[in-house]
Amino acid sequence: MNRWFSLDRLWAMVRKEFIQMRRDRLTFAMMVGIPVLQLTLFGFAINSDPRHLPMAILDADQSTYTRTIVAALRHTRYFDLTHHARNEAQASALLAQGDVQFVLSIPADFTRRLLRGERPSLLLQADATDPAATSNALAVLSRLEQQALTQDLRGPLANLRGTAPPFEFTVHRRYNPEGITQFNIVPGLMGVILTMTMIVMTGLAVTREHERGTMENLLAMPVSPIEVMVGKIVPYIFVGYIQVAVILVAARWVFDVPMLGSFGLLLAGTLLFIVANLTVGITFSSLANNQTQAMQMSFFFFLPSILLSGFMFPFRGMPGWAQYAGEVLPLTHFLRFIRGLMLKGNEFSQLWPHLWPLLMFTGAILLLGLLRYRRTLD
Amino acid sequence: MTAPAPVIHVEGLSKSFQGKLAVDHVSLEIDQGDIFGFLGPNGSGKTTTIRLLCGLLTPDEGTGTCLGHDLLREAYQIKRQVGYMTQRFSFYEDLTIRENLDFVARIYGMTQRQDVVDAAIDRLNLTDRQHQLAGTLSGGWKQRLALTACTLHQPRLLLLDEPTAGVDPQARRDFWDQIHHLAADGITVLVSTHYMDEAERCSRLGYIASGRLLADGTPQSLVAESELSTWAIDGTDIHRLGDTLKSVPAAQQIVPFGTRLYVSGTDTAALKSTMDAIARKPGFQVHPVSPRLEDIFTRLMQRQEDTQ
Ligand SMILES: Nc1ncnc2c1ncn2[C@@H]1O[C@H](COP(=O)(O)OP(=O)(O)O)[C@@H](O)[C@H]1O
Ligand SMILES: [Mg+2]
Repeated sequence: MNRWFSLDRLWAMVRKEFIQMRRDRLTFAMMVGIPVLQLTLFGFAINSDPRHLPMAILDADQSTYTRTIVAALRHTRYFDLTHHARNEAQASALLAQGDVQFVLSIPADFTRRLLRGERPSLLLQADATDPAATSNALAVLSRLEQQALTQDLRGPLANLRGTAPPFEFTVHRRYNPEGITQFNIVPGLMGVILTMTMIVMTGLAVTREHERGTMENLLAMPVSPIEVMVGKIVPYIFVGYIQVAVILVAARWVFDVPMLGSFGLLLAGTLLFIVANLTVGITFSSLANNQTQAMQMSFFFFLPSILLSGFMFPFRGMPGWAQYAGEVLPLTHFLRFIRGLMLKGNEFSQLWPHLWPLLMFTGAILLLGLLRYRRTLD
Repeated sequence: MTAPAPVIHVEGLSKSFQGKLAVDHVSLEIDQGDIFGFLGPNGSGKTTTIRLLCGLLTPDEGTGTCLGHDLLREAYQIKRQVGYMTQRFSFYEDLTIRENLDFVARIYGMTQRQDVVDAAIDRLNLTDRQHQLAGTLSGGWKQRLALTACTLHQPRLLLLDEPTAGVDPQARRDFWDQIHHLAADGITVLVSTHYMDEAERCSRLGYIASGRLLADGTPQSLVAESELSTWAIDGTDIHRLGDTLKSVPAAQQIVPFGTRLYVSGTDTAALKSTMDAIARKPGFQVHPVSPRLEDIFTRLMQRQEDTQ
């Protein structure tokens, strides 16, 4: 048998963990209890007021007036002009990918019609996946219609500043047209629930062996750290998938959340996320000296995951440092993945940017866990 | 003909916890087929020494080999050939008897796993209880299960840490019979205990106190080298006699044992004259005996305390 890795020994560990899990009632309670509890609790949305949301413009007109309108949008501090799209397709892609929150399309005849007093409209498409992120920004639009061009329309044009605004915004709420917060919350909850249960369950896995004294026996046998760690992870992948099933059933039949993307892709992406969290749990478990410490570590990981991932508050509403911290967390990437997949029907190529960070994260944490795994009782 | 290499050969092994020495420069050489009895009071460093031998703890100082493999660098090879029975039952209480044995058989990559496990359960006489959780077994049965599990992979060296603590006399006797069978098959056994009657069933003994190995040898050589003389006094009123003997400096150890009193000391001449005086009293029979292991170990402890 190989000294560093043997499938037989790994399978021995997996089997053992499976049997122990099956006999542990708490695992079962957590497996179904946590999703049910959380889905019930998060029936409401958490609002906030994010600013500086990225916007792409597709300006086919390019006149003084359109530049004034864009400047006025930016002046509200809700809109940041980050991209100039060359065509409709590129603008749509930016929105689908989540690179921008808004796309402003200015038709070629806008200025001509404005000056004729025809009150032309501008198309503003919003990514409404998370209604909380866009609602305040959209609320300022009617004031802009009234005031944006006041300075420009002078002299002979002053008559255009009548009672009715000289132009108007047509808003398209994409992906979640009715602004239903559950559409955003429920897929997000899948990430939160998995983070919580996966880390807590495996967080106890190694410390439990230490506290029951069985670690002494295990260490005296020729099992390698990777076999112990992976062996303890594998059974919980099934627990994770059972939770995913519970949440998907609730999403479909209780909350009527759309599911536009591929189901296979959902299972694959979720696997990466589950494994990422299990790795965190098992690493905490090998760092901790006892179960209490393992629980504390889990908690300290869970809290920022909830707060900084874009689940509780819209990601773009957070200060820069918080966004950087959030980028490190697996939940952040999973939320983008699951929302993109379920609500926007994103393809693999669009989702990959949210998946590779999960792989990197898992690799790094697993390495840390293996390095810190105690091969002796010292 | 050269003698075969010793199974355990360590020198100057030390280990301290939080600055307190638990094992203090222990050197040991144990040959194949030996039953090495490792004796010492609670907290003397027996468990720590055993853990150092099977790579569960890293020594602060010292070097050595176990089954020809370096203690520090070849832990994996050592683990494959050593069976370690921990002081506390450390198999899985939430697995059944069969599942525990099956787990061990898989970890050691045994072929014909099913047969090996069947045979082990059969030897244990637990066929009808094989699907019972290990946690529900009594102490004696747990001990038997643990011994079976840690010999399943046919180790060349067995390290048994107080295997008979809290086990009834019949089970202890069966256990020792099994140890002798294993040793007859060429397996080397190191067994820690604090039962003196068990010490007498070992082929070699080591006595450890406060982390230091104070004596090491066959039971006969320990007796021969003890410098201790012992007398046994039979009589009806030995307790009062024992009290009066406490004022005699030469009587260093006075141990009542039923209707018998054992008196030992290193000053043989002085002790002999005291004994001769008692022998002249009516109601007491006095005769010299060879010192018991218990007395020898107590003497070693006293001497160590005196020098400290
Ligand atoms: N993991 C540990 N941490 C701190 N002290 C320890 C540890 N293990 C043993 N000791 C101490 O080392 C000494 C020897 O203990 P041990 O080897 O268990 O003795 P024995 O097995 O002979 O009863 C004791 O004083 C004990 O308190
Ligand atoms: Mg001990």
